[in-house]
Amino acid sequence: MMRHKPERGRQLRKAFSSGYLFYLYLPILILPIFSFNDSFYISFPLQGFTTRWYAELGADPSIISALISSLQIASVTALLSTILGVITARALTRHRLRGQKSILTMIMLPIVVPELILGVSLLLALNEIGLGLGKWAVVAGHTLICFPFAVAILLSRFEGFDMALEEASLDLGETPWQTFWRIVFPLAVPGIVASFLLTFTISFDEFLIAFFLSATEPTLPVYLWGQLRFPKKLPSALALGTLIIAVSFVVVAFAEWMRRQRTLQGIEPGN
Amino acid sequence: MTISQESTRAGFGNWLSVRAGYLQLTPGLILVAAALVVPLGLLITASFWTSSPGGEIDSAFTLANYDKLLERPGYARIILRSIGIAACVTLITIVLAYPIAYFIAFDVRKRKLIWLILITLPFWTSYLLRVFAWKVILGWNGVINSGLTSIGIINEPLSFLLYNPFAVIVTLSHAWATFAIIPIYLSLEKTDRSLIEAAADLGDGPVRRFLRVTLPLSMPGVIAASVIIFIPTVGDYITPALIGGPDGLMVSNLIQAQFGKANNWPFGAAISIVSITVVTLIALLFVASLRRVVGQIR
Repeated sequence: MMRHKPERGRQLRKAFSSGYLFYLYLPILILPIFSFNDSFYISFPLQGFTTRWYAELGADPSIISALISSLQIASVTALLSTILGVITARALTRHRLRGQKSILTMIMLPIVVPELILGVSLLLALNEIGLGLGKWAVVAGHTLICFPFAVAILLSRFEGFDMALEEASLDLGETPWQTFWRIVFPLAVPGIVASFLLTFTISFDEFLIAFFLSATEPTLPVYLWGQLRFPKKLPSALALGTLIIAVSFVVVAFAEWMRRQRTLQGIEPGN
Repeated sequence: MTISQESTRAGFGNWLSVRAGYLQLTPGLILVAAALVVPLGLLITASFWTSSPGGEIDSAFTLANYDKLLERPGYARIILRSIGIAACVTLITIVLAYPIAYFIAFDVRKRKLIWLILITLPFWTSYLLRVFAWKVILGWNGVINSGLTSIGIINEPLSFLLYNPFAVIVTLSHAWATFAIIPIYLSLEKTDRSLIEAAADLGDGPVRRFLRVTLPLSMPGVIAASVIIFIPTVGDYITPALIGGPDGLMVSNLIQAQFGKANNWPFGAAISIVSITVVTLIALLFVASLRRVVGQIR
């Protein structure tokens, strides 16, 4: 009896968790199914297989220009927030500083503030100082929301560091700069790659800030938002969504895998 | 080693290192200051300005926007509705997330990493697309209705599925699941297993053990999850705009309209400031009272 009961609890939890996991993925699975459905209406029964919604995407020049904007913004954002993240996370782990906790709270603040508030206050600020909207404005907003994620990812990377390696390098006469490039950087590479890819994904997918700040250069999500109003455009919106999700999944799965790598091969002790 | 011991050992070197540390923090802090703190300050300032119907801004100090907010109960109603919806979402998400966090922390042995990656993966896919997917699922002619009609369970599409607060709550509690599961999992994972064993040895049954040991120890995770979910949910824009319909409109739609069609930025700023303040106060009160309750159980 005593042995039986906890087993049953475990079975129940396992069933619930598996069911919930399925539910988590359900909406994302709906999009691809209907993106191949040969009908303007997104409803059952399915009408047969087609790839015409995908063909429609390639024929639309405004999608291509939105895609290019998004790629440019996401690359610059990922680069900026990862560089800032490396510097910040290193300062926080390397030095014991007074007020560290409140500094960290301040850095994490952009995650908690609703994106709408970030969007409108940046809109207001850019307008007040007379800077125009567009790609650079979106980069500013996206770097702000990506920076805390970069710091969080890199903090967990730097926290596991063996300080002795750095000290040994300094003792052996390397300059701090050389030590950084030869010891710290290689050890941090998995974290840096993960940070770059994840911040890239956040920026690429972000809608609301871009909606306020992109003005005449819509990003892909802003373009998609515009399409959702037209029922005839829904199937190709599904196709576009499917592509975005597929790419995000591959990129993020790789990033998550990288993040949890202990070290890169080649700098493993003994090599 | 304490800081003072270290500084007596290598006073100057340490001072240099601390200075380097602060120096390295500057670029990040400048970013947050320039892109968040200053614009938020400006938002507060702008809430005391006024705007002509044409969108001309008059920056003379006035409380007119706040008076308008107080005078017309419609605004307060929408703010209250947003808070109510966010509270429901937070509660539902956490109640549903807890068993999974518990399962991963205590039951899963070998495949923890896979479970964690599977849970975080959907969070990284475009939020806009997930909300869009729910619209497709819940719609009048959508997946559920057309599915049920074609099997023959219903004759008429169910109209209560889309364009109301219910749909908003379903969509949001799905969207925020990861943010509930991970913090709760992290605090459960940290739980000292010997405490649970001790309670068992002292004759506590599984339920008492859970209520007196595991649950209180996981409260930091629950509190973190509530705050992380509640605050952004009150200000969510995409879900109420796509799924809420007129009855499911939330405060963010109101704010967006002031910065968009209505072209009354100062009033939009005032609504923003009022809702941020109210939400922050609620969150602080909630955290404080929950901490007290947990303290009393222990």
